[in-house]
Amino acid sequence: MPKRRRQSRVGLTLGRRFDAWLEHHGQSALTTIDQLLRAPLATSLTVMAIAIALALPATLHVLTENLRLLGGGWQQSAAISLFLGPDVDEAQAAELAARLRSRPEIATAQVISRSEGLAEFREYSGLGGALEQLGENPLPVVLAIDPTIPADDEPALSQLAAGLEALPQSDFARLDTQWSRRFHGIVDLLHNGVLLLGGVLGLAVLLVVGNTVRLEIENRRGEIEVMDLVGATGAFIRRPFLYNGAWYGLLGGIVAWLLVAVLVALMQTPVDRLAAMYFTDFDVVGLGARASLLLIGGALGLGVLGSWIAVGQHLRRVGPD
Amino acid sequence: MIVFEHVTKRYPERGDALKDLSFRLEPGEMAFLTGHSGAGKSTLLRLIGLIERPTRGQVAVNGRNLGSLPRRSIPYHRRQVGMIFQEHRLLPSRTVFDNVALPLVAIGMGRKETGRRVRAALDQVGLLRYERVLPMTLSSGEQQRVGIARAVVARPPVILADEPTGNLDPELSREIFGLFERFHEVGVSLLIATHDLDLIANLPYRVLRLHQGRLVADSGNW
Repeated sequence: MPKRRRQSRVGLTLGRRFDAWLEHHGQSALTTIDQLLRAPLATSLTVMAIAIALALPATLHVLTENLRLLGGGWQQSAAISLFLGPDVDEAQAAELAARLRSRPEIATAQVISRSEGLAEFREYSGLGGALEQLGENPLPVVLAIDPTIPADDEPALSQLAAGLEALPQSDFARLDTQWSRRFHGIVDLLHNGVLLLGGVLGLAVLLVVGNTVRLEIENRRGEIEVMDLVGATGAFIRRPFLYNGAWYGLLGGIVAWLLVAVLVALMQTPVDRLAAMYFTDFDVVGLGARASLLLIGGALGLGVLGSWIAVGQHLRRVGPD
Repeated sequence: MIVFEHVTKRYPERGDALKDLSFRLEPGEMAFLTGHSGAGKSTLLRLIGLIERPTRGQVAVNGRNLGSLPRRSIPYHRRQVGMIFQEHRLLPSRTVFDNVALPLVAIGMGRKETGRRVRAALDQVGLLRYERVLPMTLSSGEQQRVGIARAVVARPPVILADEPTGNLDPELSREIFGLFERFHEVGVSLLIATHDLDLIANLPYRVLRLHQGRLVADSGNW
């Protein structure tokens, strides 16, 4: 015993201390996840609260990204729908379309016949029965025109639309760019909403993690005091609590990601139906690799930050000062 | 090993707990600290463990002036001082082994060496057979011995004990003091606060007596 006592006063080597530091990190990570799994109800409540708070802005983000993609196609080609007069038949319409196609400011002009229009209307409006009652097709022939004029050149487009409307065969012309602009304005607004909501709900995650870690600190007050009295450093005492917060954040982020993935999958069917009405194929895009990484990494960061704040506030140490 | 120079500790609520206290404990010395409750025994020990700082004067341990020790160095100081408390302060949710191992875990000792040392310490206090049980299942005297094993497991040069036999009958108290004598024999400095005057009367160790924060008697002031 006397010999050993002398030996023990020699400090631990640097390598040994690094090993111990690494080992304590691993140990803290494992012990804290073990503790979380031992209280599955309490843990899942906290994790769900974090996940829902994060899934909300993430879902809104997915929504705006999809809307943006959807709108991207429209913006490139501001379309003009030219509704022809009731007495214009399809042969005249085809002749007009051919003439219009030769104009430099028009890329394509496609005839949508009365029967095509009726078929679409019947299929998607659900008013097929009412149309049967009419006996004759009330729809006019329509020319779907793609101008070569860029979509942001509003005056030129309006001028073109006005010129087309003034044609003797025409009833009226509808320019779709205004609607597209408004649409993009709304998407931008939603995008700002995502950032704002993300900020507020990120704060909520900080509070949830902070409060949970605070309770954990209160529960383990005795242990903290004893560790302090036997010479554990502040970093050593803080470490398990920081891992605790990191786990909450990571689990919350993963569950949030899964929630968003499920929502995207659920959205695909109704979107397919809607896209079919507009004669397009549209695949709903999910979060993507970058946003997924940001979501889960951000959640982890928020977890660590939340517990770090709680530890700083509530981990009063035994001792002077 | 422990030097107090004109130490005063004043609490805002209840005035001076220690007044102009000076004494010196040599390396390897074992001494008892006596006095009524409220005489300042616990305060004195808390100053050595750096749980408190003096209002005036200086405390030095192992040649190091504690007044100049920054806060971040406190853990390293505490590793030099094993502390034993009347109320044991064991963690009820951890086994006896894990409780005793805490100081070694805190300094990052390897698993194998930790196991060896914890068993050696438990063997010294005669509780090796209980290493796997929870402290609550042990008697008060046994719990106190677990606390002692925890204080000595990292082999600190100084051991402080605050009323270690406060709740124990005379026989168990004698056992505890017997343990302290064995640590004294291997060169540890011990300062033991107690009001068990009958028990220490027959022991050949220095006695420091405090009264209202002052050192009023010292049986072996060298």
